[in-house]
Amino acid sequence: MRAALLNSELEFPQKRLTVNLAPAHVRKAGPSFDLAIAVGLLAASGQVPEEALGGHALCGELSLTGEIRPVRGALAAALGARRAGYRSVLVPQANAPEAALVQGIEVRGIPSLRRLADLLHGRWSADPALPSAPPESASETELDLADVRGQEDAKRALEIAAAGGHNLLMIGPPGAGKTMLARRLPGILPPPTFEEALQVTQMHSAAGIGNGKLATERPFRAPHHTISAQGLVGGGNRPMPGEITLAHRGVLFLDELPEFGRAAVDALRQPLEEGYVEIMRGQRALEFPANAMVVAACNRCPCARGADACSCTSVELARYRRRLSGPLLDRIDLVCQVDQVPALQLVGSERQAQPPSVEIRERVMRARERQQARLSGTGALCNGDMDGRLTRRKVQLDAALTAGVLAARDRLNLSGRGHDRVLRVARTIADLDGREHLRDTDLDEALSYRLEDGEALAA
Amino acid sequence: MTAIAPDSCDSCLRRAFLIARLAPRIAGLLDRPRARVAGLLALSEADLLEAVAGPHSDRLLEELDGLDLGHERERLADRGVAALCCHSQAYPPLLLELGDPPAVLFALGRLETLEALRQEPEVAIVGTRNPSPYGREVAYSLGRGLGAAGVPVVSGLALGIDATAHRGCLTGGGVPVAVLACGPDVVYPRRHRRLHERVQESGVVLSELPPGTQPFRWSFPARNRIMAGLARMTVVVEAADPSGSLITTDFARDLGRSVAAVPGRVTSRVSRGTNGLLRDGAVPITGAEDVLDELFGAGMRPLPPHETARREPDDPRLARVLEAAERMGSVGAIAAATNLDSGETRAALGRLEAEGWLVRRDLGGWERTLGRPESAPGGGGDLASGSPDEDPAPAGDAVLDPEDPMPDD
Repeated sequence: MRAALLNSELEFPQKRLTVNLAPAHVRKAGPSFDLAIAVGLLAASGQVPEEALGGHALCGELSLTGEIRPVRGALAAALGARRAGYRSVLVPQANAPEAALVQGIEVRGIPSLRRLADLLHGRWSADPALPSAPPESASETELDLADVRGQEDAKRALEIAAAGGHNLLMIGPPGAGKTMLARRLPGILPPPTFEEALQVTQMHSAAGIGNGKLATERPFRAPHHTISAQGLVGGGNRPMPGEITLAHRGVLFLDELPEFGRAAVDALRQPLEEGYVEIMRGQRALEFPANAMVVAACNRCPCARGADACSCTSVELARYRRRLSGPLLDRIDLVCQVDQVPALQLVGSERQAQPPSVEIRERVMRARERQQARLSGTGALCNGDMDGRLTRRKVQLDAALTAGVLAARDRLNLSGRGHDRVLRVARTIADLDGREHLRDTDLDEALSYRLEDGEALAA
Repeated sequence: MTAIAPDSCDSCLRRAFLIARLAPRIAGLLDRPRARVAGLLALSEADLLEAVAGPHSDRLLEELDGLDLGHERERLADRGVAALCCHSQAYPPLLLELGDPPAVLFALGRLETLEALRQEPEVAIVGTRNPSPYGREVAYSLGRGLGAAGVPVVSGLALGIDATAHRGCLTGGGVPVAVLACGPDVVYPRRHRRLHERVQESGVVLSELPPGTQPFRWSFPARNRIMAGLARMTVVVEAADPSGSLITTDFARDLGRSVAAVPGRVTSRVSRGTNGLLRDGAVPITGAEDVLDELFGAGMRPLPPHETARREPDDPRLARVLEAAERMGSVGAIAAATNLDSGETRAALGRLEAEGWLVRRDLGGWERTLGRPESAPGGGGDLASGSPDEDPAPAGDAVLDPEDPMPDD
């Protein structure tokens, strides 16, 4: 602080100093307070006019030379300043485009402490920063589903999952392309609205992983299976958002689901149900948004070979399956296969044109519009959001279909929840097809995507 | 022979109520894993009271003397429960071979089927509550084949193999006989409420305990002796070792009845019991035909032709997908082989599964069933009717889980 002031041709007051950061019960950490403390000192020692400070919020880190270095969370700081009623916020120059995404508050980027003092004296002025250039549009989606050969089953399931906001489980051998497929899910989801993008950027900025630009794609997060519960849902001494929050409005991909720690997967239950994470810290509870689609992947069996070459005993299989079960599976509506694609087929299918992601996204968006119209006023945005009661209210079946579902339920030992899942997915399939009335093929198809659930095994 | 009205004499009825009254005390004496009632139920009234109630026997005796049997008979009649005692003409004669035959059988359902029970040999199908898909498939097809061949199928209405065998028997148009470890009107486990009703509609539910009696740990092995006693042959589909199913085969063997088992994978826990039985000389069963050959002599009682013919779905598209699914496990490959898109393939697979042509293999892939889904007798209408089988919350079931003395996991 002292060095920064001196290097900016300013004086460090030779008096007893008290820096009071009120309110005291809020835990404060990080370098973003540097700038505010320095300016406080300058004002207290009469080096900048106190009245010029009114209405400005400040955030930034000081280097020893008096330069103002970029910080994490500038977007969140700007949002906070707007909420607190400030008309202007001064941020490090490098953070200005990011912070400027917030509308209704003037954002100025400041290169150095010297310049800041000049600004407050009225000797220098900066134009309000412009928001970071919005996306180079459309085809920033480099990950196109058309790149993936074969895997028709998984592609169909991804499309349904995207259209209805359903959580998905992919089963297939390692190296078959589960990750490749999952990475392409954000590209077929509807692009985020401005508000959604702002939330995404804010969370990423707070975690220090953003590039300072407004997010144009939904996030995709793929934590390794060794992650702790805290890493997944957030927390820590200085609370940090977890992977589920970083995947907010996007996709959380859990590869090798059975390898994840029990505690970590269990911790996901509350966020998945409520759409936010609550972290208790001393006297207060923090809330992070956590509304993400979950795509999980696993192998068919522990040895991960094909069904015919599998050498697992039924005990091993049962153990693997048991590790899969639990609260997360309750939230998974769709299960699909990912096949080991033989090299021959890779070449062979080159001739067939694959539908590009943009085309699928069109269909997905139309399906979502239908759902929003149907679900308006219920709090749910898509079929995947519907709980059991809403599902039975909103998914209407005629008498013949009802009889068919009951027969299937009887024959296949479907649990009540399994039954609801089938209805939800069938509804989405009809939405994708642009139909208001369900057909028996919708239900049949939905039936084939279900996971044979534990209750059925016990019956 | 004309149908005989089920009836019961006073002393037998008195004994049935005595056992129900003593049930919690017997539980106190015997409630540990693998406890058997041994000779307890064969004791005379005085000895039984002495053994179970000890100092309280005088009070219980007084209570029993005060029992108004006329009133109890009316209450039974009100509930539609028939009581037939071991002196009744309607009592299954095979049961009398037991050392401790139930004094009274309380019965719910179509009583005329009791007549059929006297004329046809019954087969008990028992097994684990946690079967593999394979065990489920075999239990279903055995129940169905025997049902279609007119052989009554005895089982215990428990989860897993028992329920699946009952369902198969119902689908085959046969006569299901459920023997319960609680009163005949008590549904345990609760999720089998609908199945309980369906068994009553086509067959009969039996128990030695009066209506309203809750199940006890000891009453499951006690029930197993009745199943073994009723059946000419006991077939175990899948069972761990030790398990309740092996208790049933012990009873069957003691009675000199035939014991049979379905071979299973040697690596599977739930096949340990059955493979052990086979090693010890049980009859290997690979299908309903094997059971029929064993009961009636080879080829004497063939399966009805519609049960043996290999059937195909009527819809040609379904038939094509079924044929492909038999050869390959992946949806992509099936789609390519049948020239359908993946949505259509999935829909066809879902339909085939719902109609019972295919079953799911663990985590991916399908397997063709023995290929006899809902057909002529008792057809699909049976399955389509009414409310779903399960109650949403079988909360009470967790409290008591004594079917296998050793849990399967």
